[in-house]
Formats: sequence, C-alpha cells, structure tokens
Amino acid sequence: MKTFIATLMTIGAIASGFWSFAASPAHALVEIDVNKGTIEPLPIAITDFQGDALGKEISGIVEADLKRSGLFAPIDHGAFIEKISNPDVAPRFDDWKVINAQALVTGRVRQEADGRIRAEYRLWDTFAGQQLSGEQFFSNNANKRRIGHIIADAIYERLTGEKGYFDTRVVFIDESGPKDSRKKRLAIMDQDGANIRYLSNGSSIVLTPRFSPNRQEITYMSYEGGQPRVYLLQIETGQRELVGNFPGMTFAPRFSPDGQKVIMSLLRDDGNSNIFAMDLRSRSTTRLTNSSAIDTSPSYSPDGSQIVFTSDRGGGSGRSQIYVMGADGSNPQRISFGEGVYSTPVWSPRGDLIAFTKQAAGQFQIGVMRTDGSGERILSTGFQQEGPTWAPNGRVLMFFRDVPGSGGPKLFSIDLTGRNEQPIPTPNFASDPAWSPLLE
Amino acid sequence: MRRIAKLASNPVMVALVASLALAGCASKKTPNSAADLGLGAGAATPGSAQDFTVNVGDRIFFDTDSSAIRADAQQTLARQAQWLNKYSQYQIVIEGHADERGTREYNLALGARRAAATRDYLASLGVAANRIKTISYGKERPVAVCDDISCWSQNRRAVTTLAGAGS
Repeated sequence: MKTFIATLMTIGAIASGFWSFAASPAHALVEIDVNKGTIEPLPIAITDFQGDALGKEISGIVEADLKRSGLFAPIDHGAFIEKISNPDVAPRFDDWKVINAQALVTGRVRQEADGRIRAEYRLWDTFAGQQLSGEQFFSNNANKRRIGHIIADAIYERLTGEKGYFDTRVVFIDESGPKDSRKKRLAIMDQDGANIRYLSNGSSIVLTPRFSPNRQEITYMSYEGGQPRVYLLQIETGQRELVGNFPGMTFAPRFSPDGQKVIMSLLRDDGNSNIFAMDLRSRSTTRLTNSSAIDTSPSYSPDGSQIVFTSDRGGGSGRSQIYVMGADGSNPQRISFGEGVYSTPVWSPRGDLIAFTKQAAGQFQIGVMRTDGSGERILSTGFQQEGPTWAPNGRVLMFFRDVPGSGGPKLFSIDLTGRNEQPIPTPNFASDPAWSPLLE
Repeated sequence: MRRIAKLASNPVMVALVASLALAGCASKKTPNSAADLGLGAGAATPGSAQDFTVNVGDRIFFDTDSSAIRADAQQTLARQAQWLNKYSQYQIVIEGHADERGTREYNLALGARRAAATRDYLASLGVAANRIKTISYGKERPVAVCDDISCWSQNRRAVTTLAGAGS
C-alpha cells in the first residue's frame, strides 16, 4: 500500500503540470457553489474511458461517485453526439454544449507491461472550451476501484473548491439474525459499499467502531470474554489489544485528532459513567469528568483543544444533553437547549459544526448545530435513527436508520443541506458507521 | 441454564408480567409467580435456578430513561433477596438493559445504572455485595421485539441471573 501511495502522489503531481495545455487565463469557468441553499446539480458528461472493460469500469466508478454526491447530474450516454476516440485530443466542444454538458470527462486506462494499471483522465470546461485538469495514476490491480474514487475526488475538488470524500472507507457493524439475538460483526468497506471485509466473526457483540486518523487502526467495544471493554484493532494485521485494564465496563471510544489518545467512558462502581482519556504511548489515563451522572459519547474538536460529550448531569428525569469542555476537562458548558433529548455529538472535521441525534415528539432526528449550540438544523427525521458520522470534508453525514417492520437498520448518507439522502448498500443489516479520513 | 433462558424468554409469560406490572399490582399476589401464570410451579426444585426464575421472578422493570426501583420491583427484589440469602451458594450477575428508544452509548450507560441500582437494592436487603457482579447490555439484547410501547416496557429491565455455586 505504501509504495502505491507514494507512486501515485509523485506521478500525480508531475502529471498535473505536464498534462495541462490550457494556457488562457481562467474566466467564468464552470464551478459549483456548495454553500448555496439549494444546489442545481451540474450537468456533466462522463464518457467511457478508453481501454475496454477496465476503462469503462473505472469511469463508471467516477460517474457513480459524482452522481451520489448530489452535486452532479451525469448525462445519459445515449445523448452523447461525439464519440471520443482519442482522449489526448480536444473534444468538439459544440457537440457537448448542445446537450448542455457543462463539464466533460474523458480518459484512458491501460495495463502496463509490469502489470500495473495506468489511468489518465481529463476534465474539460465545454463552454469555456478548455481543459480544467488532467492527471494520470498508477495502481496495482487490487486498488483499481481506488483509482476511480481518486479521479472522482479530483473532479469534485476542481469543480466545487472543496476536498472530495470518495477515496474513503467506512467501518460499521454488520447485523444478521433475529433481533433478540443479533449477530454483530465488525466490517469495513469502501464508502460506496464495495470491497466489504469482515474483521470479527460474530461470536461476541461488537459495537461503535471508530477510525484512527492514521486510517490503519480502529477502536471499538466488544463483549469478548463476557466483559464489555474497549479494544484497538490493526486493520491490516488483525492484531488486537485491550485499551487499559479497568475494573468496570469501558465504552464509547474515539481517537484524538493526533491519534495518540483514546477517549472513552468508564463505568464507575456507583453505576455512573465518566470520561477518561488514555495516552496510547505512555498508557497513562486522565479522568476528565467526575460527576454523579452519565457522561458519554466524547468527541474531540479537530484541533484537539475541546471535547463535546453527552451528559444527563442537568437533572430532570435523566435527560441527556450535549456539553462542551476543555480537553483537560475544564469548564463544561451545556450547548443544547432545544425541546428534546440530545446525544451522540460528533465534531465536524472542519471544526465548525457538531452533528447529533435528537429525540423529540417520539421521533429520532439527525441534526447539526454550531459549536456554541446556536443555529440548530435538523437534517433528517425518522422513527428510529441515530449515530451520525462525518465525511472527511465535513459536507456529508452518514447514519443508521431502522424503519419499523423492516427488521433491522441500514446505512444512509445525507448532505449537510439536508438534501440528497442516499442509501448505502450493505449485504445485511448495518449500524454504527464511522467514516475514515481520506486515504493517502 | 438452557431451560432458564427458555422460560425467561417465553413470550406468554413476559406479556403477562408486563400487563400486571402496568396495572399497578395492588394485589397481594406475587405478580409473576408461576402459579398465577399456570406454568406449574411444582415442577421446580426448591433452591434451583428454575425455582428462582419461576417462583421468585428474575427480573424487574423500569420507567423510561429511569433507574429508580419502582414499587412493584421492590416487591420482586424483596423476594429475590430472601431467596438469595437462603441459598447463599450462588454467585449473582445482574444484567441491566434498556429499550431501543435511546441511542446506543447512552443506553449502555443507562443499563449499567439500572444494574447498579438493582445490586444496591439487593445489598440493602442483606445480599452480600461481593456475590454480585453487574453487566450492561444497553439495547443489545431486547427480550420483546416490536415497534411499540408494549415491547419497550419489557425491555427496560434488570435480570438477576445465577452464575452458579460460589467458588
């Protein structure tokens, strides 16, 4: 994996300069303003890449990613007038303008003599009549889908000005069997549901996996040996270890942004739960809350200076709300004040928002608020849904929803605007998704 | 042990217990004794795990988002304490559970709080605390499966299980 990454980065960087032959200054180029309230998806033509079945497969991945983002409207291939035969030559822009393709993607995929796959793409602005970007990538066959995602990310970034999120993975809990004796397995897949792989065998209940910022590790909770506790798992090697050896249950783990700590809840003997941080190198633990209340679901701000968490310390009849405190446990402040019960706060990777689950009027809602609790917006309401996780660019959330009568939960993604809800395909029922950072 | 699990998850029994509990249980009768439910109390050997489950009642129920021991639960726990004090060879594991109308991690904490409240109540009635372990399953092990309040009220529970004779 390491060599693939290095090669890809170097060649990508060189290729960008080499391939660009648009010399004229950019003016009124095609772009999408993702901050507008309602976004009209950009009509884009994504041609089948040259290179037979493999070329078509890669361009199909690009097309599917961009379509699912809700920001792009790929044009039906049946409407295409020009048939691209040589992607190195400028297309006939008029042929694409007439079908209202504001952007055009062409490309080529080849198998190199050494067995690697070489993929090239060019992104064209049809109305300006110029190339916007062009790059080439190499990969081994096992990573061919990643090439499609990387190209989709490049196009997304070029046209929206925002980082993409397609070359990412999701860890989640695969659920099978009857509801009162569910089999739960740790699973990992690409963000589009491809390449699913199981990381546990279902013999113990496993819950709430979360990615390390280094992408190689996850932390999760398992009932292995009849003791519910937090573990670390190396994804590639399968090596596992317990996070600390505490007398009581540990749960609700999450990494710090630098990957050096795991923050989690530890059950106190009196039945209340407090938040602890454990330094993974020194193994030292720091207690961050000490209340006769439930304190759980901690999540760091991306700069590591603050922690948002769930607590019912405010009293009432055990109603949970969202609080923010310093990373050392100082100065906890309640930030949720709407009508209802709040939980599962997760800090956006951009730092500007906190996503949460809210229960109100017999419904479960997924929403976001600013980090001081202002500007609450509900993105999705349903009978039973929870557990938002952020795409690394902070523009899309994934969560899980259990529709009554459906038998179990499934995963969904939704845009920060509350539009473009998309089901995430999984072979079985699925819950507790956690989105990875961008792969490198 | 398999027998106990089967009895405990018998839907008829659970449904009856729940409806009695909801009705307030003003009667002097023990609400979930096997005699009331026609399950044949005579079959259980006194002092056996089956005796505990069927004749004493192995579980109590909670109000939504609460770990307070209700009046009906206090009666059940009084019977449990009496039995456990008599048959002191058993170690005890109290499982705390939550209904599905809460989020996963909060419910793990809530189940833990219910198990601890149950443990503390039994201890206050003389059951040695060092015999008792607790575990929370949050909402991971519902006993009743449906999408309305009739199931949720049965899933908000603490179950006292006998972990075998003490070592």
